[in-house]
Amino acid sequence: MNKIIKYVITDILRNRIVLIYTVFLLAASFSVFSLEDNSSKGLLSLLNIILIVVPLVSIIFSTIYMYNSAEFIELLVSQPLKRNTIWLSLFTGLASSLSIAFLIGAGIPVLIYQANLVGFTMIMTGVLLSIIFAAISFLATVQTRDKAKGIGAAIMLWLYFSLLFDGLILFLLFQFADYPMENAMIALSALNPIDLSRILILLQLDVSAMMGYTGAVFKEFFGANNGLIFSFFVLLSWIVIPVWYSTRKFNSKDL
Amino acid sequence: MIQLKNISKHFGKLKALDNVSTICERSECIALIGPNGCGKTTLIKSILGMVVPDSGSITFNGNNILSHWKYREDIGYMPQMGRYPDNMTIGQVLEMMKDIRGKSEGLDEDLIKAFSVQSLLNKRMGTLSGGTIQKVSAALAFLFNPSVLILDEPTAGLDPVASELFKEKILAERDKGKLVLITSHILSDLDDLVTRIIYMQDGKLVFHKSIEELRQDTGEERLVKSIAQVMISNYE
Repeated sequence: MNKIIKYVITDILRNRIVLIYTVFLLAASFSVFSLEDNSSKGLLSLLNIILIVVPLVSIIFSTIYMYNSAEFIELLVSQPLKRNTIWLSLFTGLASSLSIAFLIGAGIPVLIYQANLVGFTMIMTGVLLSIIFAAISFLATVQTRDKAKGIGAAIMLWLYFSLLFDGLILFLLFQFADYPMENAMIALSALNPIDLSRILILLQLDVSAMMGYTGAVFKEFFGANNGLIFSFFVLLSWIVIPVWYSTRKFNSKDL
Repeated sequence: MIQLKNISKHFGKLKALDNVSTICERSECIALIGPNGCGKTTLIKSILGMVVPDSGSITFNGNNILSHWKYREDIGYMPQMGRYPDNMTIGQVLEMMKDIRGKSEGLDEDLIKAFSVQSLLNKRMGTLSGGTIQKVSAALAFLFNPSVLILDEPTAGLDPVASELFKEKILAERDKGKLVLITSHILSDLDDLVTRIIYMQDGKLVFHKSIEELRQDTGEERLVKSIAQVMISNYE
């Protein structure tokens, strides 16, 4: 297992796209922090960049990488290796290289300017988002052999999570404005890892104007600490469930 | 050694394998023959565990392959079209396979030498010609001294010299007591190699005979002619 992880990580870290991604994150975070005089404001601006860019790069890069590794996977499957091992090693390799890129690109500046609990939460959610969207991309790649379909599905998933989902929530809110929606909203927000990450950080920052509806409901319902724990576990299950499902699918896939 | 029991496999509507049962023993060189799309590659891939059959069971040395994935240590597989990561060099691929198999001693490097792969170690897989990729696949299949060799259209892309060297190697391995499963449409290549024939059509196994039996049944001395006779009588 370790051997495959090693091959995947060395392969990805040499990849130019990952390098550009890291440099972009570095440039964005440093410029955001030096533009704002107050570094917690900088953190907020960075949050918005991270919530868009990290999922996008993670899901698209992972999907393309998996399709390009089709040959490599075929080669591995004919070797004395368990399919579980192959799939999980690929996932671990991909997720950890994306996390490393994020840690270098955004982690270092955040630690320099905001080395406190909020900064730390921010780094953690960024890493979680990288892993979650790598996991979601594995779902797309295991479902279809067709590269164009798979990448299309990945882009649609990203669009859904970062744009369409908010629209859907607003739509539901207006439609059911006459009913108490608070608890339903909490359940709904668990369906979107990006929304959850935003709440996770904003709960600590205490900027109610930025919190949005679901965030306010969260605070009301859980109080800051329970909300943190709840959203953290939901984020974890966003990793576990896609990985578990795609591994199961891969085990019976014909190559 | 390898036992197949009532293997069936569908791809959508297509029946790739239809209730195939047979036994392959060591020290044999078995040719899988049949028209295009008759399920030869699917059968091979099922034995390798790359395709999971809908029903039926495959045992390798008495163990069901579904639960004993380690059996692949004993198999050397040469695919029809070897596909390797484009940005790895031949040397890196060889090293990686040794690393994955965890074997660096007792390697059989005859084919690496015979095909002079050493002089190409720094070439990237993406830049290689089809024939060279075939040579790498062949060298990899024999490298770990497996007791079963599965060769899917091995001589298709090889030049005549390499093809002769390769056939000599197969004969030598067969005589060492290994099981060789080979598919090919170039029957003249198989003539002096194979000891048994499996003939498939439309996913069904039509017969599994020794080459002597086939000669007697068809009355032809050469494999090419006897198979041609079988094929024509089955063609429609």
